[in-house]
Amino acid sequence: MNTDTTQRREEHWKRTKALMIKHLVVWFFFAYLVHLFASSLNSINFFGWPLGFYMAAQGSLIAFVVQLFLFAKQQDRIDQDCGVAEES
Amino acid sequence: MSNVNDPFGGLFRMKGNFIDNLPKIYGFYTGGFLLFFALMAVLETMGVSADVIGILFLSFTIFIYALIGWLSRTMQVDAYYVAGRQVPAVFNGMATAADWMSGASFVAMAGGIYFGGHGYLAFVVGWTGGYVLVSVLMAPYLRKFGCYTVPDFIGTRYGGNLTRFLAVLVLVIASFTYVTAQINATGTIASRALQIPFEVGVWFGLISILLCSMLGGMRAVTWTQVAQYIVLIIAYLLPVFWMSNKQGFGVIPQFVYGDAVARIQELEGMLQVGMAPAEGAASTFPGLKALTTLHADTGGGLAAWKFVTLAAAMMLGTASLPHILMRYFTTPSVKAARNSVTWSLVFIFLLYFTAPALATFTKLQIMDPNLATSIIGKAIADVNAIEWIQRWSEVGMLAVADGNGDGILQINELFIRGDIVVLATPEIAGLPYVISGLVAAGGMAAAMSTADGLLLAIANALSHDLYYKIIDPKAETRKRLVVARVLLIVIGAAGAAVASLKLTGILGAVAWAFCFAMSGLFFPLVLGVWWKRANRPGAIAGMAVGLGVGSWYLYMVKFAGMTPWIGLDDLRFGIVGAAASLIAMVVVTLMTKEPDAETQAMVDEVRVPSGDTILGSQH
Repeated sequence: MNTDTTQRREEHWKRTKALMIKHLVVWFFFAYLVHLFASSLNSINFFGWPLGFYMAAQGSLIAFVVQLFLFAKQQDRIDQDCGVAEES
Repeated sequence: MSNVNDPFGGLFRMKGNFIDNLPKIYGFYTGGFLLFFALMAVLETMGVSADVIGILFLSFTIFIYALIGWLSRTMQVDAYYVAGRQVPAVFNGMATAADWMSGASFVAMAGGIYFGGHGYLAFVVGWTGGYVLVSVLMAPYLRKFGCYTVPDFIGTRYGGNLTRFLAVLVLVIASFTYVTAQINATGTIASRALQIPFEVGVWFGLISILLCSMLGGMRAVTWTQVAQYIVLIIAYLLPVFWMSNKQGFGVIPQFVYGDAVARIQELEGMLQVGMAPAEGAASTFPGLKALTTLHADTGGGLAAWKFVTLAAAMMLGTASLPHILMRYFTTPSVKAARNSVTWSLVFIFLLYFTAPALATFTKLQIMDPNLATSIIGKAIADVNAIEWIQRWSEVGMLAVADGNGDGILQINELFIRGDIVVLATPEIAGLPYVISGLVAAGGMAAAMSTADGLLLAIANALSHDLYYKIIDPKAETRKRLVVARVLLIVIGAAGAAVASLKLTGILGAVAWAFCFAMSGLFFPLVLGVWWKRANRPGAIAGMAVGLGVGSWYLYMVKFAGMTPWIGLDDLRFGIVGAAASLIAMVVVTLMTKEPDAETQAMVDEVRVPSGDTILGSQH
């Protein structure tokens, strides 16, 4: 493997790891953090829902879906930039 | 056209290849199913009995699945194990969603929210959030690896037969726990709709499941699961839309039911929900419960902790369950695998964000004195005269008891089984019976598709990893595929035999499966990609200690009367198992020498999408 390829791969893995950490932080927020404070959030009215209940019934789910669309796009961008994407 | 990539070639004469025609084929299929539904509705108005409609719904849909299974038969290894790696991202998303959503999601989830309120929503959060881990940490890399099964990855990444064997062991324990619950669900639905004994229903369910998977393996399961997803999502959404339209909550009630939640909270005060204990002991009505939990109350003490630990167990379990991970081996590329996880979550989301809405509407219908359907606060004699009350009382799924003898039904005097929140809602809301038939077909599709995926995961691991890779590496293709099919039947029969004993409830068994999977597999899988230093002794320790400690903890908490540590009960034992697995794997890895250069180069290759898969297309 020549040095150019090695460099591109190192760059690719560095950016991939950074993206992974970013998404796990967002995931941690919607998966756990908001639900730990659900009882305080419940005093906020969100279109009729108590906010804590809303986040568990719908809010976190929507966040996960949006997050995965973004992730797929961002990771693909990294693969393209570093020249390790699949040929299509 | 009858080439290997075109299972439906004999039925559809179309231009272009099979994959390009998928939208058209499933478009026809969906139209055909809706037409069948309309036909049933017409039959109902013509006076055909409810029982006959139920039987027609079930037999028609099962016949279609079996037909797809037969058309997809194959004798090629990569078609049998990974559907020829040509399933487009969106269709694989649908198949995964059907694979994922089991009888528990379809039948039990809304009922769980009805009784458990906010606390139960941890399942909803956990069973969706897990897909973030699947996409970010696992699926694209496993696809690049090119494995046929999950143990195939573990066995090749870490090397050695012992690692492969341990991975097979964890897979079999987790998936078998899960599949008995699914066969149980198919048996329950079949016995009710076809009016046969439960024990017979279980075997009927098993035969239906095997018809889909036996001849075509993963390829057959893929195309039946897409068909099953379409049936189950229509069956879940249609009654909710219909009901909310009827009650003036708008066409898409999921976005506007906040007012219904607010109204329930108001009524809970008036009706004194949770103020008095349920009337009558549980022994009077086995399996039935009265509502004593507030809808949106988070509970005090450890409640928030219990919520997040349950969510965590379900999420890590999601990312370790082989029957889900192996669905992403079937996509044409790494990029498609990643997109496919996103689509899976979209299709799962459609059902999961509807379940809390369904639970809320049903509760409001029973409670709100302003609605014609309400029964709380009415005279007991009047309530007992209502048709759906009578029908479900007869089969022991509902009971009314006038505990305080005042002749009025209080909230703590109505006992129901959680399952009927989905099954009886059409009747409670006064919808025609054809909807109930549709719901039964949907529940059957949900349970069958999950059971199929699980049975295939077990049989494939035993035939590919245990038989071919460990016992007889020289076996020829034909023999391998025959062994795979024989194992499928044997395991299915064992599952049905265990299911007919009715050992555990459906939901308990499902949560245990997640915990077993995460205890043994989560860290060996993640670290196999993300930690190059991870080595064979570490992986062996991680799987053995994780499974061992998890099982020990489950036994102690559930059967030996040990007080759970900080609220980690038997539904959450995977947290303890996975923590032990992580510690064991890291410590043992660091104490032993790093993997050889060849293995490290392999990990580097796994991390980039381009290039050939690590394992060849025929291995």
